[in-house]
Amino acid sequence: MIAVELRKLFRRPRTWVTIALLNGLPVLVAVLLAVTDLAPRPGEGPAFLSAVLTNGTLYPLAALAIVLPLFLPIAVALIAGDSVAGEAQAGTLRYLLARPAGRTRLLVAKLVSILVFVLVTVVVVAVVGYLVGRLLFDVQPLGGTSVSGTDLSSTEIAWRTLLAVGYVAVSMLGVAAFALFFSTLTDSPLAAMLGALGILVASSLLFTLDAASSFAPYLPTRYWLAFVDLFREPILWRDVVRGLALQGVYVVVLLGAAWANFTTKDISS
Amino acid sequence: MLLGLVLPTSGTVQLLGEPMPKGARRVLPRVGALIEGPAHYGHLSGRANLALMDAAGPGGSRRTRTARIDTVLEQVGLAGVGRKPVKAYSLGMRQRLGLGAALLRRPELLVLDEPTNGLDPQGIHEIRDLLLELHRGGTTVFLSSHLLAEVEQLCSRVGVLDRGRLVLQDQLATLTAPTGATVVETPDPQRVRAALDGRVLELDAGSAVVRGADPAEVNAALVAAGVPVTGLKLQRPSLEEVVLAAASTSADRVDAPGERSRR
Repeated sequence: MIAVELRKLFRRPRTWVTIALLNGLPVLVAVLLAVTDLAPRPGEGPAFLSAVLTNGTLYPLAALAIVLPLFLPIAVALIAGDSVAGEAQAGTLRYLLARPAGRTRLLVAKLVSILVFVLVTVVVVAVVGYLVGRLLFDVQPLGGTSVSGTDLSSTEIAWRTLLAVGYVAVSMLGVAAFALFFSTLTDSPLAAMLGALGILVASSLLFTLDAASSFAPYLPTRYWLAFVDLFREPILWRDVVRGLALQGVYVVVLLGAAWANFTTKDISS
Repeated sequence: MLLGLVLPTSGTVQLLGEPMPKGARRVLPRVGALIEGPAHYGHLSGRANLALMDAAGPGGSRRTRTARIDTVLEQVGLAGVGRKPVKAYSLGMRQRLGLGAALLRRPELLVLDEPTNGLDPQGIHEIRDLLLELHRGGTTVFLSSHLLAEVEQLCSRVGVLDRGRLVLQDQLATLTAPTGATVVETPDPQRVRAALDGRVLELDAGSAVVRGADPAEVNAALVAAGVPVTGLKLQRPSLEEVVLAAASTSADRVDAPGERSRR
């Protein structure tokens, strides 16, 4: 069943178009930076962008920071929101369930395929970022500078980048869980996707509002940028751990709700 | 509800002797279905669609999959369709592919909802022949349709639903059995009344209904009286008359409150 879902997802041209478009913005930013040599000053603009002119190997992180606020959540919400509602809208859901695919099995397979999509997307962004960074910017073979100003060796940058990729993927799982839950509520993939994005926009907005500070630590987007902390010296684990725990709670609760709703739902479309 | 898509609020459902939806994993692989029109993944070819659906549940052996797909595509008349994606199919081709998906695991029971929807007359004839052939091979075909002509040509046993309740279920032959009267076609119905006084049940412009289950006897009597007869047949209720008599109003008619009580 999982193999079936993966085949469905990755044989669909839309999936690849989404991933390709997602990489467009970081590539464009890299080209602009390389041509003009005008990097934002440290502390301004997306994270890491000020550092990439001197060290191209940091560009994967800059690329992730560029797509993280909007592009990446849109892509994830698009695929996750479409997962159940899209099948319902096309009518294939009733044939899958009458096959019988089993409702819990189908939901688990959808979830795994979304997980794979999130990982593939984040890794592709990082790899494309790395290639672009190597190609367009200077590379310091002996490593680079941490956000705190100390030197990092290349291997250290490599494994910290891997950690960051993992952390961003987990952050995106929260988005996927929202979209999947909405996807079991409605027959319209668009509504599911916009619902999930609405939550994220609301969350980002409330985060900036002092009046909402009492529940700011529980907003789903609160710790998204904490992957920057992985490049401090020493690593500042506090926000990363909190971010993982928070996403974990969101994912468990929303998936539970999605499962409870989907397994007891009348499929009439 | 039969296929476990809608869950009953009360009561139980059995399908091929298994309770639904509890026995779904055991019983549904033995059932093929076409529910509310066909649905496929538009970006994939018909063949890829069948393979995906077959792999999505139990009972479809991977070893025999290609051979089974070839067989059903042949059966439903799509053998030469090639790699064209389903979104380029016509409505009739989609209907055929949907039927093919239902046949893929040689089901014991076929549940079909309006199977000839979107097909041209030749296509309808082909599908009817296919269903009759499957029936001869031992497959039970459960058909729901608004097209009474289709039901009359295909079904041996008929049920009529009225507002969600089964109001009539019997053999088609019993439901449309002769009523014991003969319909006489004649240019001059008044003379029928004169010749067979007391046996005439109905008269109208070109025909008369006469009591008597033997057309030959009726004919002899009329000819002896010199009444011109252009046609004779046993009176049978049409399926439409049976349905209209059994069911009250149209299921999609919504009357204002109070209207129903006057009916």
